Amino acid sequence: MTTRQHTGQQHTGQQHSETEPAHTIASGTTDTASDTGPDPYAATARETTEGRVYTVTGGDWDSLIEDWRHDERIVVNMGPQHPSTHGVLRLVLELEGEVVTQARSVIGYLHTGIEKNCEYRTWTQGVTFVTRADYLSPLFNEAAYCLATEKLLGITAPRRAQVIRVLLMELNRVGSHLVAIATGGMELGALTGMTAGFREREEVLHLLEFLTGLRMNHAFIRPGGVAQDLPEGYDTKIRDFLKVMDSRLPDYDKLLTGQPIWKQRLQQVGYLPLDGCLQLGVTGPILRCAGLEWDLRKVEPYCGYEEYEFEVPTSTDADCYARYVLRVEEIHQSLKIVAQCLDKLEPGPVMVADPKIAWPAQLSLGSDGMGNSLEHVRKIMGQSMEALIHHFKLVTEGFAVPPGQVYSVVESPRGELGYHLVSDGGTRPLRVHVRDPSFVNLQSLPAMSEGGLIADVIAAVASIDPVMGGVDR
Amino acid sequence: MADQDLEPGQHSSAAMTSVEQDEHEAPGGVVAGRARQGMFGVRGWGDTSGYGGLTLPAYVPAPAQRPYGGWFDELTDELLAAMAERGVPTAAIQQVTLDRGEITYYVRREHLVALCRALRDDPALRFELCSSVSGVDYGAEVAQRLHAVYHLTSMTYRRRIRLEVAVNVDDAHVPSVVEVYPTADWHERETWDMYGIVFDGHPALTRILMPDDWDGHPQRKDYPLGGIPVEYKGAEIPPPDQRRVYS
Repeated sequence: MTTRQHTGQQHTGQQHSETEPAHTIASGTTDTASDTGPDPYAATARETTEGRVYTVTGGDWDSLIEDWRHDERIVVNMGPQHPSTHGVLRLVLELEGEVVTQARSVIGYLHTGIEKNCEYRTWTQGVTFVTRADYLSPLFNEAAYCLATEKLLGITAPRRAQVIRVLLMELNRVGSHLVAIATGGMELGALTGMTAGFREREEVLHLLEFLTGLRMNHAFIRPGGVAQDLPEGYDTKIRDFLKVMDSRLPDYDKLLTGQPIWKQRLQQVGYLPLDGCLQLGVTGPILRCAGLEWDLRKVEPYCGYEEYEFEVPTSTDADCYARYVLRVEEIHQSLKIVAQCLDKLEPGPVMVADPKIAWPAQLSLGSDGMGNSLEHVRKIMGQSMEALIHHFKLVTEGFAVPPGQVYSVVESPRGELGYHLVSDGGTRPLRVHVRDPSFVNLQSLPAMSEGGLIADVIAAVASIDPVMGGVDR
Repeated sequence: MADQDLEPGQHSSAAMTSVEQDEHEAPGGVVAGRARQGMFGVRGWGDTSGYGGLTLPAYVPAPAQRPYGGWFDELTDELLAAMAERGVPTAAIQQVTLDRGEITYYVRREHLVALCRALRDDPALRFELCSSVSGVDYGAEVAQRLHAVYHLTSMTYRRRIRLEVAVNVDDAHVPSVVEVYPTADWHERETWDMYGIVFDGHPALTRILMPDDWDGHPQRKDYPLGGIPVEYKGAEIPPPDQRRVYS
């Protein structure tokens, strides 16, 4: 059960002496109490240094009104566990009536120390950690981290690996935007939007599971390429997926785009113009909705994005509705890129040839699950002592990366995802810093919601689409 | 300073790379790495490898020499002109490093805010976006071990640069750039939280990821990672920070 705490300012007239029993809501408003004993759902109150704090569980707001009659200013503490805060995000809202006068977001509830943990693992193992940062766009984290590592190493992944990366990233973008629409819909009460969004996202996850082996946290993109080649039959599966998506995406327009309630909830809500975006460092769909055609796939192409034909949708409305429409359009564009990837995939290696960097074994499916291929095991155990030593050293020790630092970016579904990697020349990173777009974009929440209604805060948070795994890392 | 009167382009590389030593700066430039001994990452027991006498000095990023190539020369000229216009001494830039196609300006902290303002406002520079602020700790044995690293993006000219400020751990103060780049607010709070770098002039420098009453700064190198040994079928695997290190 979600609880919300409300801090009311203490009235001097209601100060209790120490001898008097503390005033609680339950004893103060007996007129509505029934004869069947104390109501277990009644609101409770306790005194704190910052005034009286109430805990209400819903349905008991009437019992508080008596206390609040002379007090206009309320501080509502929403979250960190709340179905409409988009994850473990805590919002502290100061209200006057229904109008938000001040909004602050409190983060850190999902801090897992990913950056520090990476410093105690090899460069390859780091992928397994960063993929868990922004869990809705794991492949973007992997790709950005690997691009930065490759820049430090001075290598480039082979062409087939680059195309596979683009393919996976765009599928992931579709899934991520679908979740943004689905959870946003749920938070605003459009539950059919949620079920539809998650249904389509499930298609994406099924496909990603087929292609990489896992639904989420794939650790599939590795420094130097990708973990293994795509499985047989990938072409048919992806084309089937594209057909399904093409048939289902118009449903979103039918369900939400023109719907009066949806429009009324979102239009002219959460307004953030271009100058505000730049000052607050906001990137991604929010920035493009403010009118700037800033998409890193176009302005700083990586992984060969300059070869693909796609459009960068923009808008000048800078409100929540524009962000919704833009995300739907970006899904269409991503599907276009996926189709182009299929045409560009030509046979070739998926990992750099340098045996000092490339993982020595190829994965294959055995009777006991995925593991080193039998051929490789036969070689290192039966034929070549040197190959065994090499395998052992590369897996336990990892490869050394020349000292220096790089900053490498990709356009994630939420904006500029940057990795600042520092190497001291060892086999482990000295520093892994994730410039997560959710973290930066979330700073714009007060600018979007102060002066508006409390219900619009929810719409604003949903349109920022912060993923707390990325915010807190 | 006399340098301020020079026209852009007249600054020699010697003027750019000469280091006027402040008392808080490390001798010999910015150290960005730790020295190593021996091979195979063996430490903690006798030298059985025979390579224990090998030493590798700490990595120091090399100062770049003019011409830098590409747009880096033009940018640096424009930056020096903008600095002269605003009365920021040339010595504000301690060193310029080019590495892997990225340019790094090592900046003296006294002039950081003025430099950022010039970078943002000058029409020839236009670094509108502060992409990221992050801290780096190079380890207890390195002088000026804490670095604050700023990644600035010019959306007008599509350029990225890096500013880096190195400070000592017992004087870990860097001026806040929030007044120039409001987006640096949370970045600086995170860097304070994780590395203990105090950003003077920040509107509310509080912890952001760790609880308010937390002791220490978790991402410093001398702060332990933590963890417990894991036992599996009788074998015990130590926590990650106590395993054998080859790095």
